[in-house]
Amino acid sequence: MNRVAVVAWNTFREAVRDRVLYNLVFFALVMMAAAVLVGQISIGIEQLVIVTLGLSAISVIGLLIAVFIGVSLVSKEMDKRTLYALLAKPVRRWEFLLGKFVGLVLTLALNTAAMAAGLFVVLRYVKPLERADLAVLVAVYFILLKLALVVALALLFSCYTTPLLAILFTAGLYVSGLFVEEMRTYRSETMTPAVRAILRWLSYVLPNFQNFDVMASAAHGRSIPGALILQNTAYAALYCTVLLASASVIFSRRNLK
Amino acid sequence: MSSPAIEIENLTKDYPFGFLHLKKKTSLEGLSMSVEDGEVFGFLGPNGAGKTTTIKLLVGLIFPTAGTAHILGKPISDISMHRDIGYLPEQPYFYDYLTAAELLDYFARFHEFTDTERRERVQRMLKKVGLETARKIQLRKYSKGMLQRVGLAQAILHDPKVVILDEPMSGLDPVGRREVRDIILELKNEGKTVMFSTHILSDAEMLCDRVGVIVGGKLRGIGAPDEIVDMKSHGMEILFEYGGGDANLRALLSTATQTGKRYRLQVPDEQVYATLEQLRSAGARILSMTQVKASLEEYFMHLVEADRAQAAAVEVSGK
Repeated sequence: MNRVAVVAWNTFREAVRDRVLYNLVFFALVMMAAAVLVGQISIGIEQLVIVTLGLSAISVIGLLIAVFIGVSLVSKEMDKRTLYALLAKPVRRWEFLLGKFVGLVLTLALNTAAMAAGLFVVLRYVKPLERADLAVLVAVYFILLKLALVVALALLFSCYTTPLLAILFTAGLYVSGLFVEEMRTYRSETMTPAVRAILRWLSYVLPNFQNFDVMASAAHGRSIPGALILQNTAYAALYCTVLLASASVIFSRRNLK
Repeated sequence: MSSPAIEIENLTKDYPFGFLHLKKKTSLEGLSMSVEDGEVFGFLGPNGAGKTTTIKLLVGLIFPTAGTAHILGKPISDISMHRDIGYLPEQPYFYDYLTAAELLDYFARFHEFTDTERRERVQRMLKKVGLETARKIQLRKYSKGMLQRVGLAQAILHDPKVVILDEPMSGLDPVGRREVRDIILELKNEGKTVMFSTHILSDAEMLCDRVGVIVGGKLRGIGAPDEIVDMKSHGMEILFEYGGGDANLRALLSTATQTGKRYRLQVPDEQVYATLEQLRSAGARILSMTQVKASLEEYFMHLVEADRAQAAAVEVSGK
């Protein structure tokens, strides 16, 4: 486990030194602009606007980092051959992969936490904080779970295809995962039973990103049930485990030419 | 007798290529050889001969299509074997956002050292490869030679019993090459087994107990440099100064290479004394005499040319 932690720490250090966290400046600017504008144009719906805008920014910035850096975690090491000296040490390939995953998730957690803190500062600027605002924290947590899932997907694809295709596959699966409910329930006259069965099957196999979206509840200050928190946590953990295990199997057989 | 440090049996590596990967290119074909404990072994071959493929197979970066290999008695698939080997990749490249000290510290963490031991080793290695003063500079600012030195430091950081170096002298200036040679000799004196690939034959001749020559994915010769190369004398080379004038020397001089007043003449062993007598009586001044032997380079070139001729013949016959 120590070796996983060593790789994870180095991945985090790389992200920090490559100035990945500079996105926080962009986020801060967006939130400051929102705080100034919202007071002028939206009377009574400040919370709705600020929370929606803040959570969307956290999600989009996080997704960009998760997809692009997630894909480069392994491919960059192979392209630059930095991996060669490392894999000649007593490190198993799955330990390297898990370390890379943990390192990026750690970076995303720090990034997301900093953005969430910024969101709360702005929220406090437009209105007094109350207990119902805890829903915003849960929404941020769900975004982080979603990002972990996206990193695991990116890692899996980057283990057996080119970075560009890995980005396309990850983005494609993310978008599909936003419509799993529709896949499951969609009915059409022209749809054959076979197509319907395939769509239904796909809706269960594809990562369900819809479950992680509680932005509306958070923006309206509605509480989020504890069961959903547990369910989403377990779902993300299980799905990430399956993806990382598959990535390990593929990567462990890969020739590093 | 102790068992070999590296034992390779029938190691083969094919790379699939083409549409659906139906065709295959053989990079290494049935390689069988061993490297004895404590010896310095040079792995020679032209570019694309299969040297790097062999080394990558040994350190587990690629997997064999057929055959097996053992290092210190353990199969190469056994991860615990990696505790006892050090590896320098060809044209090494490391995390350029780290300093040399950070990189070595990072790699040292994969071994079971205490914090004090780790710090002490990192210091010692930086000193050994002459990077003590550059320890706090990020690797992105390092020259190729400096990166090679960092590569060497990380390979021997954990005091491995077997050190495998892929082209350790490539890209280095004469000073750098000398330093690498010294490190290899130091490792030998410490009782380590060193296997290194190179196409700089003089380095191999100078350092290696034995060499293996690989051409076209096949091992073509293995043994001590003076064993595999024909060590029979091919005569003597005489270097002399001569001002001219003696008509009897005309025939002899026509076979010599002239640079100003200096002549270089190669004569068979049985004619050495007669030639010397002839030169003496004509008033020539003998400067030096050297025995002419086939060098490792000639042997190497002979193998490479034979391989090319064979490849061309196969191409012509269409087989």
